[in-house]
Order: sequence, then structure tokens, then C-alpha cells
Amino acid sequence: MINFFMLILIYSGVYALMAIGQNCITGSTGMLSLCHAGFFCIGSYATAIVCKVFGLSFWLSLPVAAIAAGFVGFLIGVPTLRLKGDYLCIATLGLGEIIRNIATNINPVGINSIPRASLFGYQFASRNKMAFIFLIWAFVIIFYILFQQLAHSRLGRAMTAIREDEVAAQSNGINVTKYKISSFVLGAAIGGIAGCFQTAYTLTVSPSSYTFMVSVMVLCTVVLGGMGNAKAVILGAFIIQFISYFQQLTGLTNVIPPQANQMIFGLILVVMMIWRPQGLLGRDKYRYGDPRTWRQKIAESFGRKKGGER
Amino acid sequence: MDILNIKGISVSYGNIRALSDVSINVGQGGIVSLIGANGAGKSTLLNSIVGLVPLSQGAIVFDGEEICQAKSVHHHHLTTDLIVRRGIALVPEGRHVFADMTVEENLDMGAFMVRDQALIERRKAEMYDFFPILGARRRQKTRSLSGGEQQMMAIARALMSSPRLLLLDEPGLGLAPLVVQDIFNKIRIINEENDVTVLLVEQNAKLALKTSDYGYVIENGRIVLEDKGENLLNNERVQKAYLGA
Repeated sequence: MINFFMLILIYSGVYALMAIGQNCITGSTGMLSLCHAGFFCIGSYATAIVCKVFGLSFWLSLPVAAIAAGFVGFLIGVPTLRLKGDYLCIATLGLGEIIRNIATNINPVGINSIPRASLFGYQFASRNKMAFIFLIWAFVIIFYILFQQLAHSRLGRAMTAIREDEVAAQSNGINVTKYKISSFVLGAAIGGIAGCFQTAYTLTVSPSSYTFMVSVMVLCTVVLGGMGNAKAVILGAFIIQFISYFQQLTGLTNVIPPQANQMIFGLILVVMMIWRPQGLLGRDKYRYGDPRTWRQKIAESFGRKKGGER
Repeated sequence: MDILNIKGISVSYGNIRALSDVSINVGQGGIVSLIGANGAGKSTLLNSIVGLVPLSQGAIVFDGEEICQAKSVHHHHLTTDLIVRRGIALVPEGRHVFADMTVEENLDMGAFMVRDQALIERRKAEMYDFFPILGARRRQKTRSLSGGEQQMMAIARALMSSPRLLLLDEPGLGLAPLVVQDIFNKIRIINEENDVTVLLVEQNAKLALKTSDYGYVIENGRIVLEDKGENLLNNERVQKAYLGA
């Protein structure tokens, strides 16, 4: 049981990373993309190839995975980001499937027995889940902090402006194409890094694990948590993973078929759109340039509590 | 000395021709207005100046430098952000405010091209000074502002980049007459005190022509009349068509 819970923590870490990437694209810049499974796939394969074929370290494969996924993101982004809304969604959906099909055609089995990752002589073995939890969540925290910084930066501001109103963004001198592509590439790169950890944990890659459902699940995670809010997306990742392993966790695999997950995800998307389109936590109150220091924040949160007592 | 020369431009949306052979000159430091009915091509003209709409003929010269040219001649077309960087600011029709951001965040966005934080703060203070209502509502979401306040905010946002040429697309759209009057007064002050040249497009012909030094009348994508503001106000054709006299 506890073992299973740890497994969920590992997978929710991987999905949290993916969701941070998707959040960058959909939550911050407002581009509805559905090909995160593709970037995830590229990241996984990049790691597998670097570690197995070239016999290099896992740590080296991290930047390789990010760059490879980011580069593919760039290739996909340049032609498709002229499209808006549903059209972009359909185009990226197709491209995500293309990536998976290419992988299947090259080698339908995938790559097995990939060497383990190690740190200072310590080997990350799959059965030692605790180590993986620390490893993955350390990176989730790093990317969370990076994303928060990004949201408050010039790039983050441009992304928000594009999401809110493209015409207004342009007439304020924001190069819409440039920032859209930057956001897409960044999101793709983070998706690639998520793939990297997936490979490090399972030590195998197979094209069948990068289906369209993965993209939907990631989008679902972002919508459930709250678009444009990195904290919320991480929460969303945990909830989604919990739901998808619910049957195994409760031992109800015989009662609830695995397909039920897809129905639940669909239901979540619909219900959220109707009742809480801003997600569980909603957007960050201060999009960028929070004028308060952390001291003020703490003081304010205490102040609010006091106010409640009165 | 003209700051903006529009040289015989034509614009088409597919088969539909929105502008044909339009030429307009905007003198440095003046207010020029373009009046016309719905669908006459007023907004298309402003959008083509900032490169949001491609030209099929003609060219646009800003401050002695060609910023837009018809594609058929050769591929020379600056993107909107580069045109805006040269000192043109557009207040788009329907305001296009960032509704979910606060007034202050909106103004920050207007200063996107400015990298000097102290300068941004100074300009924001100027804007709050000039539009006191914005100062009072700086922390409010723009969505909660009234139409007139949003319009003022859109103008203030455009001024944050301290443009030399301000393009206003129907600043009086859907606003109460008193508010429109107020906005036009502000436009005149901006023009006189900050030395910003203004090209404005308006359906409210009377107010627009009263405010302007020079005016153009556009009908079905063609310039049919041009003259000094007061002369146009007394022009029989203008009176009949636009002033309801």
C-alpha cells in the first residue's frame, strides 16, 4: 500500500513537470496545444539513446532531452503558431501523433534495459522508490521556482499579454510570434525533461506509452489545477495521478475497468469548465511583479486571519 | 513637415476591397481626423499603418522612413512591434484593454518597450496625474472600470511608450456624450502639451472636426474630401451626410 502510494508520488512528479510545461504554453500564453505526449516521448527517447546507445550519464541526458524536445517544439511551433484556438489544437494533436508513429515505425518494441541513473556512486534502482521521489520532486521544485521567476519576467509579461489580447499585445510593441514560439519551446523542453525522468524510473521506453491520452491527461491536469498557476498545476498532477491509480490503490481493479479513467477525465474537464473554469486554485493574484516582499506577504496573511477573528 | 505620409494605399480582404488609392498626410504636431460611416475603411486604414493589415498597393512613410509597402513591389514589411517601436501607438477600436489585469499592470504593459524602471514609474505617475480616475483605480481590475475609464486607460497605456504619433480608433465608441467630450479635451491637451501628433478616426464627425486641424472624409474606401477642420464642418456635403443638418 505505502509502496503504491510512493509510486503515485513518482508519477505525479513526472506529470507535474509535464503540467508545468503545458501550463507555460496553455496557461500563460493561452495556446491550446495537445502534443505534450510528443515532447514527453522525445525526452524519453533522448535519455534512452544517450544512456544506452552512447553509454553516457543520465545527468548529461537531461539537457539533451530538454534541447531535443525544445527543438522539436520549435519545428512544430513555427508553422502552427499562426493558428488560433481550435485550429492550433487540431494541428498539434496531429503532430503529437506523428511523433509517436515515427517512434513506432522505427522500432515498435522501444528500448529496454537502459542503464540506471546514479549520483555520487548511488544507483537509482526502481525498487528504491524513496530515492526517486526525492530526485523527481527536487526537480519539480526547481522548475516551479524557475517558472515563478519566468512569470514575473519580461517574457512572462509578454506571454500574459498575448493570452489576454493579441491585438493589444501587438500594439504595445510585443513581438507576438517571437514570444509565442519562446513559450512553446520552453514548455516543450520541460515536457522533455519529464520524459527523461520517466525513462530513468522505468528504464524502458516503448512508443505505446506516449499516446494521445497522455496529452489529454496533461491538459486535464492544468485545467483541473488552474491555468497559469504553477502551484495549482502541481496539485492537479497529484489529483489526476491519484484518480488514475485509484482502482489499483483500493483493490477494485475487478469492479472498475481501467477505461473508467478516460470517462472520469472527460467528466472532470466538462465539470470544471462549467463550474470552475479558473481551476481549483485559480490564477495567481499577482501575475507578474508582485509588489510585496515575502515579509509583507506573511504579515498580510496573518493580518487576514486577525481580520477574520474580529 | 509631415510625420506620416500615406501614399496611395489599397487594401483588400480577399476579393473585397476595403481601401482604394488612399493618400493622407499628417503634419508634425497636428491633429488630423478621418471621418466616415461604418465600413468605410477607417479602422482598416489605422490597422494598415501599424502593419496589422498588409497593403496591396502603395506605401506608408513615417518620419521620412518607409514602414509599410505593398508586397507586390518587393517584400518589405515591418512587423507591428517594429513599427510601434519607431514611435507610433495605436489605441485599437473597442479599446482592447487587458481586462483581467489591474490598471497599473496595463500601464506596465504599455511600457513594454521601455526598459528603464525609473522612467516607467515616472510616466505612470504622469498618467495618474493626467487621468486622476486611473490613479484612484490603479489596483482595480480593468474589467471593473466603466467604458469611459477603460478608454482613458487605453489612451494612457498607448502614451506609456511616449509615441510621436498617436492613432486613435473611435475613442468615443459607445460612450456618453459628456464622457466623449472629456476624452476629446484630453486628446487636445495631449497633443498640445506633449507634442504628440494625433490621427483619429471617428464617427462623431462634429466633435472630431472641431478638435482637428485637418480632416479627411472617407467613403467606401476612398477619400472623397479633405480640408481644414472648420472648413469641413461648414461643407455642405459633410453637413448633409454626417452632421444631420
